[in-house]
Amino acid sequence: MKRYLPFVIVAVVALATIGSGAMLYRAKRPHISSIPEDKTLSAKSGAESAHIRGNPDAPVTLEEYGDFQCPPCGMFAAFLGQLEKEYDSRLRVVFRNFPLKAHEHAREAALAAEAAGLQGRFWEMHDVLYREQEAWSKAPNACELFESYGGTIGLDLDKFRKDMDGQEAKARVDSDHQRGESLGIQTTPTLFINNQPVDQKDRNPAGIRAEINAALEKKPQT
Amino acid sequence: MTVSRFRTIIYIVAAIVSLAGLADATYLTVQALTGETLGCGGSPDCFKVLGSSYARVAGIPVASFGLLAYFSVFTFATFAVFGYARARIFLILTIGAMFLGTLWLLYVQAFLLHAYCRYCLFSAATTFLLAGLVIALPPGRDRSVS
Repeated sequence: MKRYLPFVIVAVVALATIGSGAMLYRAKRPHISSIPEDKTLSAKSGAESAHIRGNPDAPVTLEEYGDFQCPPCGMFAAFLGQLEKEYDSRLRVVFRNFPLKAHEHAREAALAAEAAGLQGRFWEMHDVLYREQEAWSKAPNACELFESYGGTIGLDLDKFRKDMDGQEAKARVDSDHQRGESLGIQTTPTLFINNQPVDQKDRNPAGIRAEINAALEKKPQT
Repeated sequence: MTVSRFRTIIYIVAAIVSLAGLADATYLTVQALTGETLGCGGSPDCFKVLGSSYARVAGIPVASFGLLAYFSVFTFATFAVFGYARARIFLILTIGAMFLGTLWLLYVQAFLLHAYCRYCLFSAATTFLLAGLVIALPPGRDRSVS
């Protein structure tokens, strides 16, 4: 019996490792649902708070739930620029706010972007927030930096300050966040291509290009 | 305490320590497979390290090599407890390779990524502990299993 005991112990540990790994994988795998019909951009409720860049009639829509303080979102923003050039009129991009509680200034940044949006400069603020992410993320008073960014993109700063504290910007951020939560989103960036969630493990340049190309094959018209 | 008994205790401790490393590596492997390390909001928030190009070799998560290594250490330590003489050699070789791999990964975190992941540091501590146990092993041959 003693002769076989080490084999038994090792086999038990191997099975326990595989079993616990499989259980953990099932638990950790995000369960993000597709965007339901009544919340798509073609539906009124889906379009009213959306920030859209690119050809409105593009066959592919990439919808991102992002957090301005999340570094992978920052990296994705840089890649997004390349994608927009690459796919040109075949791609439109939608951004939704999903500030995470773990990030100190994420909600303020989302409010700054929405306040800029009220002056028609959402995407300019979006770009500068991601470009300067490292600077304001560590700053004790990020709002001062947001104001300086507002100055560089030509905002009326008095209105910007007022809008950042206003109800409209808050309502838009909250609405995006609730929408994301209702879809099961927990992490950022979370992406949808033509209302279908992009698997977390495919959130890399090759994976995203493959998903866009697949969507284009399904909808080849431009 | 006899030398043989001391050796057995070291093998048992090594097997227990390797289980801690195995749990850590399993967790990190699952994180890598689900893609959670590529974003914010999940745990661990170690994306700088786990989401970097150094976290994969030929597309395979480095954590899965760790999983395999810790499981090997557990296997060899268990067999060594039961007197399999060759297990000692394999145990020393595996831990030696893990030690070198750990040094490389610490270098990557400190000097290339300038970021640390607490789960990776736990694994490094586990490997150093295993290396210490191997160094503490009294020289000489184990009794062979009959």
